[in-house]
Amino acid sequence: MVLAFKNETFRDDFTFSNSPESIRRFPFPFHEDKYMYAVNIEPHVPGPKGTVYEFPIDIDEHYVAEMRDREIVLAADPGRCQALPHMMTAQWDMLELLMTSMARDYPEHFSLTQDGDHWHWINRPLGIDQKFTFGDHTTLPYEPMEYIGRQCQGDFSIQDQRDGQLWMDAGIITTQADWSLDFDIGMNFFEWHGPVPLAHEAGVFERALKFLLNLQVGRPVRRLNWTMTINPRLDTSPENYHKWGIDRTTVTPENVGDKVHLRVELQGLWRLPRSNAILFSIRCYLIKMKELVTIPKWGRRLPRVLETLPPEIADYKGLTRYRQMTIDWLKKYDDGAPTSPGFGPD
Amino acid sequence: MAVSGIKSRPVYPGLSPDPNARSNVVVCDVAGAEAVVELLTRADGAFARRTSIILSADGAGSEQAQALAKRLEPAGVEIASGLPAAISHLNAILDQASMGLRLYAAGSEPLIGSVVQAGLDHFIDHLSIRTEHRGSLKRRVQCVHCKGMTEDVTTNPVTCSHCGLLLLVRDHYSRRLAAFQGVCINAESPGERPEPNVEFP
Repeated sequence: MVLAFKNETFRDDFTFSNSPESIRRFPFPFHEDKYMYAVNIEPHVPGPKGTVYEFPIDIDEHYVAEMRDREIVLAADPGRCQALPHMMTAQWDMLELLMTSMARDYPEHFSLTQDGDHWHWINRPLGIDQKFTFGDHTTLPYEPMEYIGRQCQGDFSIQDQRDGQLWMDAGIITTQADWSLDFDIGMNFFEWHGPVPLAHEAGVFERALKFLLNLQVGRPVRRLNWTMTINPRLDTSPENYHKWGIDRTTVTPENVGDKVHLRVELQGLWRLPRSNAILFSIRCYLIKMKELVTIPKWGRRLPRVLETLPPEIADYKGLTRYRQMTIDWLKKYDDGAPTSPGFGPD
Repeated sequence: MAVSGIKSRPVYPGLSPDPNARSNVVVCDVAGAEAVVELLTRADGAFARRTSIILSADGAGSEQAQALAKRLEPAGVEIASGLPAAISHLNAILDQASMGLRLYAAGSEPLIGSVVQAGLDHFIDHLSIRTEHRGSLKRRVQCVHCKGMTEDVTTNPVTCSHCGLLLLVRDHYSRRLAAFQGVCINAESPGERPEPNVEFP
């Protein structure tokens, strides 16, 4: 599959949009007409051809533009990429996982030649040709996590495992839904999830941690998470909240279709072989309401789901100001017909 | 945005003597010194003789500090002018420390947080540090926007002492930074400036 990479922006003039193919493969996160809080973890096994699950690492038409946006964020705020000193082995694990996946699944765009520790990486879309020694970070222009993180869609954090806990000890995070790596680095699983409402009391994090501590090499898992964003902005960081927060006040009944975006994270979790750390990928997909309602099932379902969202969750996700306006706009596309079970288009 | 009830908020179980420690290092402020006096009364004289105390005197006069030091005997007491001096003294001790040292902290949250942070820098597990909160509820706050630290915060919201944004102080806490998180409170309503309330007296 040869991808046509789009020239588009996620800031200022916001020229981002999805092609019809990209809309059809959007990972719509609701399998029924109501909201339900769930860990919803499943094995990260290959899915049908053309879907976002076809390959372990999904590269799509937004690849080049997203990498350009990451470069802008890192230039302005280098603290978005940090690793504690004991995480170097895990960084190499991550580089290996991403390079081998990308080269195997997108051979038109990426190649990797391995001769012992002498590796040769070619990234055609970004025009990179790099020979380096695996395990020697001085042979790369950045440390391994940052090097490959600048070439792969999605945010990544790496969790060290010790004392029956996971510790977020490294990450490259530029497209986050309002959490700060710089603040959270070094925290354990319960601490970095501290601000999430309701779930602690429901025991969600205890169960999730227990599950993840037993994650096996070669058996990655995934889940979907979602929120909504005004404008197709990838960098909805707390660092810049004083700049983008105001966007939430700009939604009107007339512009909902263009301004309001569903933001879905395909989250993958991999046990890393050398370090025994866990790689967490947070791959963000954006779709504006106008694009979403071109799939009739989703246009019917999303307003029904939003109506059943508990207020605490709406507040945590930052939807409170524009939730009703969005429901009202979407209702035009809900004729009341029943929807089929499952996530995908009919 | 969740403000309180956040799980990263530390808990301070209170001081208790570790009779098996070969040496004890205690950092406290004037309010925390009362907790240290109680700690010493719960232990024997041998414990006190293995104990060094760094007292951060802050605004207290030298007479008051000397009187407190007297009540902490026979433990050895060093009086530091304030928290930065106390932590620098602690770092000097930890640089030379050997196995069997037990670390304690008593007083305000910024003091406890700074001691835990110094401990982490010396590979001491934070859960092994015995802590007790006494005195002011004042906080150290990191502005998530400019990353500047504002010290001795008693109000919510508070003005960032670096970039001037009005910050909502959340219970989200970073041990690495020894600080709570401050987030712009009026990003979605720039004209409004909510009145600061004294929440951390």
